[in-house]
Amino acid sequence: MRTIKLALRNLFGAGLRTWLNVFVLSMAFVMIIFFRGFLSGWDHQAKHDMIEWEIGESQFWQETYDPFDPFTLNESHAVIPKQYNQLIEDGKMTPVLITQGTIYPDGRMQSVLLKGISTRNNVIALPTDMLDTEGEEINAIIGTVMAKNSKLKEGDYVVLRWRDVHGTFDAVEIKIAAIFDCDVPSVDAGQIWIPLQSLQQMMGTPNEATILISGVDHAEEAYPAGWIFKSQHDLLSDIEELIKTKSIGGSIMYVILMLLAMLAIFDTQVLSIFRRQREIGTFVALGMTRGEVVRMFTVEGAMHAVLAMIVGAIYGIPLFWFMATKGIAFPVEATQDFGVALADVIYPVFSMMLIFGTSLLVLITTAIVSWIPARKISRMKPTDAIRGKLQ
Amino acid sequence: MKKITLIILAILPLITLGQYPDGKEVLDRIDKNMTADRTVTKASMVVHGRRSDRTMEMITYTEGERSYSEYLAPAREKGTKMLKLEDKLYIYSPSTDRTIQISGHMLRQSMMGSDLSYEDMMEENKLEDAYDAVVTGEEKIEQKRCYILELIANKKDVNYYMRKVWVDTERYIPMKEELYAKSGKMLKTTILSDIRQVDGRWYPYKIAFKDMLKSGEGTEFIVEEISFNKEIPEHLFTKGALRK
Repeated sequence: MRTIKLALRNLFGAGLRTWLNVFVLSMAFVMIIFFRGFLSGWDHQAKHDMIEWEIGESQFWQETYDPFDPFTLNESHAVIPKQYNQLIEDGKMTPVLITQGTIYPDGRMQSVLLKGISTRNNVIALPTDMLDTEGEEINAIIGTVMAKNSKLKEGDYVVLRWRDVHGTFDAVEIKIAAIFDCDVPSVDAGQIWIPLQSLQQMMGTPNEATILISGVDHAEEAYPAGWIFKSQHDLLSDIEELIKTKSIGGSIMYVILMLLAMLAIFDTQVLSIFRRQREIGTFVALGMTRGEVVRMFTVEGAMHAVLAMIVGAIYGIPLFWFMATKGIAFPVEATQDFGVALADVIYPVFSMMLIFGTSLLVLITTAIVSWIPARKISRMKPTDAIRGKLQ
Repeated sequence: MKKITLIILAILPLITLGQYPDGKEVLDRIDKNMTADRTVTKASMVVHGRRSDRTMEMITYTEGERSYSEYLAPAREKGTKMLKLEDKLYIYSPSTDRTIQISGHMLRQSMMGSDLSYEDMMEENKLEDAYDAVVTGEEKIEQKRCYILELIANKKDVNYYMRKVWVDTERYIPMKEELYAKSGKMLKTTILSDIRQVDGRWYPYKIAFKDMLKSGEGTEFIVEEISFNKEIPEHLFTKGALRK
């Protein structure tokens, strides 16, 4: 307790020098928490949106389907396994048939991924009820990115050309029934959603699908032959990898920020040990052990971190609270072209774990940096120190 | 009297049909003109764009299901090579020194900005093998009497379900062709002209393609030189030939 009191008194006594160090450290501290909170918020948002719009609880893929290999699309369809008919009937699973097509908005040729989905889908958030039609007309829904790129509006008609399962061309006019706003590019960019039954008929593949999106987890079940099970974890692994990469990239920035702050504290410690040799000698002469003096100087340095936390909290908490409630807005163009699930507004998530973890890291680093120059004290001769002789 | 008129009206189309040659026979004669075991063609392709036209020159060697093309001009495209081996299409680009296989949605893209897609290049069925043909009437195109031939696919794996071809009744060469989707929508038209006799067969030296779903003025394919059934070096139909 005595050490802490002395450390605090010395710190406050140093005045502006202490507060400059504390401010720089608090900035590093707030910036690190902010960036980690931002990444954490993006992680939460991306996963939430992907589950809601694309993934569901789990999926089954026809065994040859590979979303990154267009070579596989022609063969990637199979009859929906009978064992899932009840789940589909109950609205807990939705089959999706995927093929390629071409649209001609205003006479421009544009390749699209054509996806057929049940109009009664309630596993993912796509507004598939808008696909319902009374006549022969084929209704389609597209995302905002697709609408922007193809210059299509709600109510527009566009010629769609595709090849059936045997490779024969067919073409028909479809109506853009609705445009949905979604942050997940893998259900939006370059894609047109039409009713499953229509696509099955167009392709000549009745009752077939490419993927089955399930609202329940099938991890413990036996899978049907010809289909591969994909858990939610498998389907989210790409975004997790991306966030991890961003996080590693971000740590370089943390290191730079911390280095700057630690350099300031290290310099302060070196200077203060040099200038306070008489004081150190007096402490030892009065009966303090060298270890106690080293501890006192280390605590004094580490107290910078404690003060930085307090100062950081004064301006950081309102800032974080504001960002967590209002979010950080991104220009629409930036989010659309990013290629991964990125919302227009990201709400950073500042968990207790994140704040305590970062605080502990800063505290330990500061303590170590403060202790390194303080070790010199243990090699000082008290008599020389009292005399102020340089050592 | 009414009955007689009805009978005459019912029989009339049959009589008219009887006047025309068998569709299969017409197709056979078209195929004899248009297809050969081996062809070497030097041609230019003029793409009529919205703002300007682009002309590309190329030489193409074809043997059955295999073909090899090399672009000779303009400078930007010079050295670009295409190799079609059965159902696979490879393109070599000299600027990147890379060979890529065109597949999936890329096949549906326009070839060099023209009205032809890579898929059109892949089509190889002889008309007679893939379609049932019926001559449905006659019409004059460029002062030439033509049979109107309606072709309905008899195989499932053809690009176009229905074709309508106007065939010169004397030379048995298509003068015009319309390609339809299964739904009946017209997808492409082709107009063939400048018909000349080469190696004892008639061949169109100018073919104008138009993608009816796409805006633009279409693409012209102008044959400069063509030879049939001459030996083609085997090495041209290998991927190795692309990088030479």
